[in-house]
Amino acid sequence: MSLSIKPVAATGETVFDLAAQPLRELNCALHKLSADTNETFWRVLNPAGRHAVAAGLDAPVIVEIDGPVGYYCAGMNKQASVIVNGNAGVGVGENMMSGFIHVRGDASQSAGATAHGGLLVIDGNASARCGISMKGIDIVVKGSIGHMSAFMAQAGTLTVLGDAGEALGDSLYEAKLFVRGSVASLGADCIEKEMREEHRALLAAKLEAAGILGEVDISEFRRYGSARTLYHFHVDNVSSY
Amino acid sequence: MTDHNNIPRTTPRASATFDEYTLSEIRRAAATGIYDIRGGGAKRRVPHFDDLLFLGASMSRYPLEGYREKCSTEVVLGTRFAKKPIELKIPITIAGMSFGSLSANAKEALGRGASAMGTSTTTGDGGMTNEERGHSTQLVYQYLPSRYGMNPDDLKRADAIEVVVGQGAKPGGGGMLLGQKITERVAAMRTLPVGIDQRSACRHPDWTGPDDLEIKIEELREITDWEKPIYVKVGAARPYYDTALAVKSGADVVVVDGMQGGTAATQEIFIEHVGIPTLAAVRQAVKALQDLGMHRKVQLVVSGGIRNGADVAKALALGADAVAIGTAALVALGDNDPRYAAEYEALGSKAGAYDDWHEGRDPAGITTQDPALMARLDPVAAGRRLANYLAVLTLECQTIARACGKSHVHNLEPEDLVALTIEAAAMANVPLAGTDWIPGRNAGL
Ligand SMILES: Cc1cc2nc3c(=O)[nH]c(=O)nc-3n(C[C@H](O)[C@H](O)[C@H](O)COP(=O)(O)O)c2cc1C
Repeated sequence: MSLSIKPVAATGETVFDLAAQPLRELNCALHKLSADTNETFWRVLNPAGRHAVAAGLDAPVIVEIDGPVGYYCAGMNKQASVIVNGNAGVGVGENMMSGFIHVRGDASQSAGATAHGGLLVIDGNASARCGISMKGIDIVVKGSIGHMSAFMAQAGTLTVLGDAGEALGDSLYEAKLFVRGSVASLGADCIEKEMREEHRALLAAKLEAAGILGEVDISEFRRYGSARTLYHFHVDNVSSY
Repeated sequence: MTDHNNIPRTTPRASATFDEYTLSEIRRAAATGIYDIRGGGAKRRVPHFDDLLFLGASMSRYPLEGYREKCSTEVVLGTRFAKKPIELKIPITIAGMSFGSLSANAKEALGRGASAMGTSTTTGDGGMTNEERGHSTQLVYQYLPSRYGMNPDDLKRADAIEVVVGQGAKPGGGGMLLGQKITERVAAMRTLPVGIDQRSACRHPDWTGPDDLEIKIEELREITDWEKPIYVKVGAARPYYDTALAVKSGADVVVVDGMQGGTAATQEIFIEHVGIPTLAAVRQAVKALQDLGMHRKVQLVVSGGIRNGADVAKALALGADAVAIGTAALVALGDNDPRYAAEYEALGSKAGAYDDWHEGRDPAGITTQDPALMARLDPVAAGRRLANYLAVLTLECQTIARACGKSHVHNLEPEDLVALTIEAAAMANVPLAGTDWIPGRNAGL
C-alpha cells in the first residue's frame, strides 16, 4: 500500500459531530464500514480530548479529526488513514496493524506502542515511551521524543528528526532507530550502529512515506540498534537484570 | 581413663534452616552465578483450603438428596457491561497458559477437555493459536504487558478479554521464555528472533494505574463494540484494593490468583516469596466487592492451588463465583506422569517434582516445543482426561454443596465453613472449628 500524507481526493464527506452524538455511535458506524464502502471520507468534529476515537477500524477509509483527541486514538487500526488536526493523548495508534495515522500536533506518551504495522507520523513532539514494544510499525516524529522511547522495541523503524530523551532503546530487540538530533542517553543494550547504504535507503523510504523526503538531509541521521548482548540470560549480564 | 573409641556419637543432624534443598541451591548458585528459574507455583506449605472444613447439615440445616435433588453449577461471567456474557456449565475454568510455554497439542487438549464440559479456556502470553480457538467453544483472550501476537482480529474472535495485571506466582514480575522454546512458530507469533531468551515486560506499555486502566478498558470495549466481558487478573498481593480498583476501572470480572498459582517459568525466589496465599486473598477480594455493592454483579474468579472439588467448594463458599485451574489441568493431561519416571530422573528430577518446564524437555510433551516430545501427547485422549477430571471436580463440589443443603453451588456461604488453624480462621474470616472465635473479627479485615 502506498501511503502519503498529501490530501487524498475524497468521494464525499460524512461529518460526525462528537459534541452532538456519542462516541459509541461514531465507532459503531466506522466499524460497520466494509472494504468497498462509498463512505470513504469521514470528518469528526469536536473530539474535545475523547478517548478511543476511531479505535478498531478495519476499512480503507480516511477519518479526519478536527481537534485534540485523548488516549488510544485509532488504537489497533487496520487499513484506515486517521488524521488528527490537533494533539493526541496517550497511546495514539497503539497496536496498529496497518494503515496510516497522522498527528498534526504533539503526541503524548506511548505513541505507537506495540504496533505491528502501518505508518504513524507525528508533526510535533512525542512524549516518553514513543514506540515502546513496537512490533513492526514505522514511526516518524518530526519533533523530539521523550525518555524510554523504543523500550523493548521488537521490530519496525522509529525515525526522529529532533532529539531523543534518556534511555533510548532500552532492552531493544530488532527495531531500527534513526535520530537526527541528540540522544540524551542510550538504554541498556542499545548502541549506535554504522549507517550503511541499505540503512540510508530504508530511512529514505520511511521519509518518503511520511512525505518529507528531500526536506531533510539523510546524512544527518545516526542509527541505533540492539547490541544483542542481552538475548541470553547469562552471568555476565547480571548488572543489567 | 576415657576410652575414646567408645564415646557414643550423636546422630548426624541436618539443619532445619540449612536444609537439603537450601544447601543444593547455594551450591547451584555458587556454580552458576545466576538465579534458579523453574515452573510451577510455590512449593512450600502455606495456609490453604485444606485448613478449612465444611460443617454439613445437622438439626438446623437440611441436606439435599444426592442424584435426585438438583444442585446447579452454571455460572455467568460478565453481566455488568458485556452484551454477550460468558455462560459456563461448571464453575471451573482453565487459566491462561501461553502457547510457547505449552505445546500446541497441550493447548488443543485443554480446549477439547474444557469444551466437553461446557467451560472456557484462556490464551496466554504469546497470542491465540488457531488450534486453541478451534477447539475451545469459549475462549478468553489475554491482554498482557508484552502484547505478543495481540491483534484486533483475535480480539474480535475471542469470547472474553482478560487484562493481565499480574499472576499469583509472580506479582510484579514479567514473563520468561527461554531460547530452547522459542521455535520458529513461537518466535513468529511474538515477533522475536528464534532461540533467544525472551523476557516479557512486567508493566503494560501504554497505561499505569487504575485511572489509565479505566480508559484502556473503554478502548477495548469500543474496539469490540461492548460485546465481550472484560476480566482483570491480578496476582494476590493487596486483593482488597486491587479488586476495588479493578471494579472502579470497569472490569466485568476480577480474577485473583494466589501465590501457589503456577507459572511457566519464573525465578524460584520470586515464586516462593512474593504474593500471598490464595486462602488469604479470597475474603479480601469478596469484601471489596461487598463494600462496593458489587458482589455477584462483578464476578470473582479465584485461582492458585485448586486441586479437588473441596477446594472449588471452599472458594465458592468464601464468595468466589468460579475458580480457574492451571497446574491441575496439566497434571490431568499427563504432566509429571509416573510412566515417564525414568526420563524425569534422567533430567535430574523425578515424576511429581519435575518443574524445569522452561527447558522445553518435558517427557510428557506438555511444556515443550520439541516436535518429537509433543507428539507423545495425544490431544484427544488428553482432552478426555481433562474432561473427566473436570467432571470429578464438579461432582465433588456438588456433593459438598448438597450436604450443606444448597441447590446451587453459589449458595455455599462462609457460614458453612470452619477453620482447622488459627491462621486459616483469621485469613478466611471463619471461626476456628469447635469455637465461635474468628481471630481479628472486630479488627476489620
Ligand atoms: C505452564 C503455565 C503457563 C502459564 N502462563 C500464564 C500466562 O501466560 N498468563 C497468565 O496470566 N498466567 C499464566 N499462568 C498462570 C495461570 O494462569 C494461573 O494463574 C495459575 O496456573 C493458577 O494456579 P494453579 O496452577 O495452582 O492452578 C501459567 C501457569 C502455568 C502453569
